[in-house]
Amino acid sequence: MPLTIPREELMEKGHTACAGCGAALAMRYVLKGLGPKTVVTVPASCWAVIPGEYPSAALDVPLVYTTFASTGATISGIREGLDIQGKEDYNVVGFAGDGGTADIGLQSLSAAMERGHNVLYVMYDNEAYMNTGIQRSGSTPYGAWTTTTPVGSRRKYKREEKKNVAEMMISQGVPYVATATIAYPEDLERKISVAKSIRGPKYIQILSPCPPGWYYNSSDTVRISRLAVETKFFPLFESIQGKFKLFKPAKILPVKDYLSIQGRFSHLTEEEIDEIQKAVDRRWESLLQREKQDAIQ
Amino acid sequence: MQSANSTMKIMTGNEAVAEGVRLAKVGLVSAYPITPQTVIVERIAEMISNGELNSRYIEVESEHSAMSSVIGGELSGVRSFTASSSHGILYMHEALHWAAGMRLPIVMSVVNRAIGPPWNIWSEQTDTFNQRDTGWLQVYCESNQEALDSIILGYKIAENRNMLLPFMNMLDAFTLSHTSEPVEIRDENLVSEFLGEFNLEARIDLKNPMGYGSLVSPDGPFMEMKKDIRDSMYNLKVIKEAINEFNEKVGGGIPGLIEKFMMEDADYALITTGAISSTAKYTVRKLRRMGIKAGLIRLYFYRPFPGDEIIEAISDLKGVGVVERNSSFGYMGATYQDVVSAAYGRLSVPIKNYVVGLGGRDVRVKDFEFMFQDLKNADTGMRWVNVGVK
Repeated sequence: MPLTIPREELMEKGHTACAGCGAALAMRYVLKGLGPKTVVTVPASCWAVIPGEYPSAALDVPLVYTTFASTGATISGIREGLDIQGKEDYNVVGFAGDGGTADIGLQSLSAAMERGHNVLYVMYDNEAYMNTGIQRSGSTPYGAWTTTTPVGSRRKYKREEKKNVAEMMISQGVPYVATATIAYPEDLERKISVAKSIRGPKYIQILSPCPPGWYYNSSDTVRISRLAVETKFFPLFESIQGKFKLFKPAKILPVKDYLSIQGRFSHLTEEEIDEIQKAVDRRWESLLQREKQDAIQ
Repeated sequence: MQSANSTMKIMTGNEAVAEGVRLAKVGLVSAYPITPQTVIVERIAEMISNGELNSRYIEVESEHSAMSSVIGGELSGVRSFTASSSHGILYMHEALHWAAGMRLPIVMSVVNRAIGPPWNIWSEQTDTFNQRDTGWLQVYCESNQEALDSIILGYKIAENRNMLLPFMNMLDAFTLSHTSEPVEIRDENLVSEFLGEFNLEARIDLKNPMGYGSLVSPDGPFMEMKKDIRDSMYNLKVIKEAINEFNEKVGGGIPGLIEKFMMEDADYALITTGAISSTAKYTVRKLRRMGIKAGLIRLYFYRPFPGDEIIEAISDLKGVGVVERNSSFGYMGATYQDVVSAAYGRLSVPIKNYVVGLGGRDVRVKDFEFMFQDLKNADTGMRWVNVGVK
C-alpha cells in the first residue's frame, strides 16, 4: 500500500502536550496535509500552551495566538490581508478547541464561514475545556463527567446532547464540512487535501481524545479514537458542496466498548448505557437516510 | 496653509475621517455598525466599491471581531483601520489590549458616545476613558479638520519603529460626527510621501515563521515587554517630530500634545478635551472682554498624558479646573487624577474637578462662566455642572 501520509514534519519535538494527546496528533496531521505555506491561528486553548514558551515554538509555520472568542475573525483578517498582497496561495488555518468553537467562538466562526473567506477552520474536539481542567463545553457528550458536571447524589453528569457544530456548518452552506479523528490518518489527510482544493470556507472537526480529561491510559488514544468511530459514537462524515457522505467502519461495535474504558463515563449504569446506545443508533440511521437521499438527488 | 493639490469641502466629522482613511491608503478595513460612527464605515465601503480606495472591507459580526480581524490584517502586513463607538468599543476591549501587546500600529476612530443604561446615543467620552489602560495612544479632536488630520498623523506616529503602538482618534458624537464644517482634503501625494509604504518588520513571513503572542512565564520577558510599551508610549520625541513634520509638509493646524489658548497672562484656566473646547474658547474671549484673565488648555493627546506640558502652562495660575466629559465613580475624575498627579510636589495651585455634558447634556457658555467663577473659591472638590434633581 502506498504511503498516503506526507513525510514532511512541520511540528517539532519539544512541544509540551501531555503524553497521548490527541490534539497534538491532530495538529501534526493537519500540517502534514497542508504543507509549509500555511499560517496557523490558535485561540486560548491547550494549543496555546502546547507550542511551548517564548521564544521557542514547536511549529515550523507562522503561529498567531488570539483571544478565546476570535479565531474566525482573526483568520478572516489574515486571509484578506494576504490576498490583497497577492499571497493567495497561503493556507490560512484556524485551529481551535471545542470550547473556543462550539461556545465562546461560535459567533466568530459562523460569521467567518458566512462571509466566505478562503480559510480552513479546524476544531480539535476533546469534548470539554481541557486546558482549564475538564469543564463542560457545549461539545461535551451526554453522560460525561466533567469538573462542572460532577456526579453527585442530586445531580449527575452532563444531561444534554453534544452540540453539533459540523451540522451547523452544513446548514450554513459551508462548501466543505467534515468530521475526522486521529485513528484514521489516511482519511484525515484525504479530507485536508479535499479542503485545500476548495476555494472558500472549510470546516473540519477532529475528535481528539484526551487522556487526563477522559480518564484513560495515555497509550490508548488511538484505540479510543478508533472505537469512537466503530461504535458510531462519533460518526465520520463529509459534506462536499452539500452532498453528504458517511464513512462506514468495517466492523460495528456496541457503544459500551467505547464508554467502559473511559473514566468519564464510569458512573453510567447498564440502563443508561442502553439509552445512549439507542440514541447513537437513531442518529446513525438518520445519517444513513440522509446519505441515501443525497445519492438520489 | 493650503497646498496646491488640496481641496476644501464642507463635510461632517465622520466623512472627514473616511477621507483621512482614503488618503492614508489603508489596505484593510473591518467594522461593525454603531450609531453615531456608522457613517465613517459606510463612506469607506462606498469608496472601496467605487474604486476610490484599493482596500478590503470585512463586514464583521461584532466589534470584538472587528478588532480581531484588523489585528489579523496588520499581522499579514497591511495598513488597517476600524471605527467604533460606545458599547462597541467596550465590547472590543479585550482585543484592544491584544492589539497594543502585539505592537500593531492600527488606527481606530471612535465617535464618543454615552454608555447605557439608560440607553443614550449622544456625546460623552466615558467609552474611551475606559480604554485608557489598554496601551493605545489617544487623541481627542476639536474639529472635523483635526479628525481627518489625526488619521494621517496617527499612522505616522503609530508606525514609527520606536513607537509601534495603536492609535485611537476621538470625535464627539453629533457635535463633530454629524455636523458639517469646511475641511481641507489634504494633498494625496504629500500624504503618501509623509506616511511612506506600510512596512511592518514583524509581519507574517513563511521564511521566518514566528509565534505572535505566545506563552511567557513569570520568569520570561513578560514584564519587560509591558515596560517596553510604557517606555515607547512616552517617546514624546516621536510624537512631536511627527506633528512638526505634518504641520510643515502636509498642512498646518495640529497644536502639539496640548493646545494653549490665551494662557500667556491667565489667572484662571480650564482643561478640556474634545469639541466643547470651542465653547470654552468662546467663553474665554467673552470673559477677557470683561477684564477676567481666563485661559484654556485643550488636551489633544490624553495618552501619553502630557503632564509636563500642562504643569508648565498652569504653574503661575490662581486656579485650575479640570473638565471631564466622562464619569468615573467612587473617586475623582480620570483627567483630574492625572493632572493632580503631574502637579504633585511641583505646584500649589488649587485644582478643581468639573463633570459636564454626560449623555449629550449641552455644555453651554453659561456653564463655562459658572466654572470660571467657581474657580475663585479656592477649594479642590468635584462639581457636577448643569445637573439637577430629575
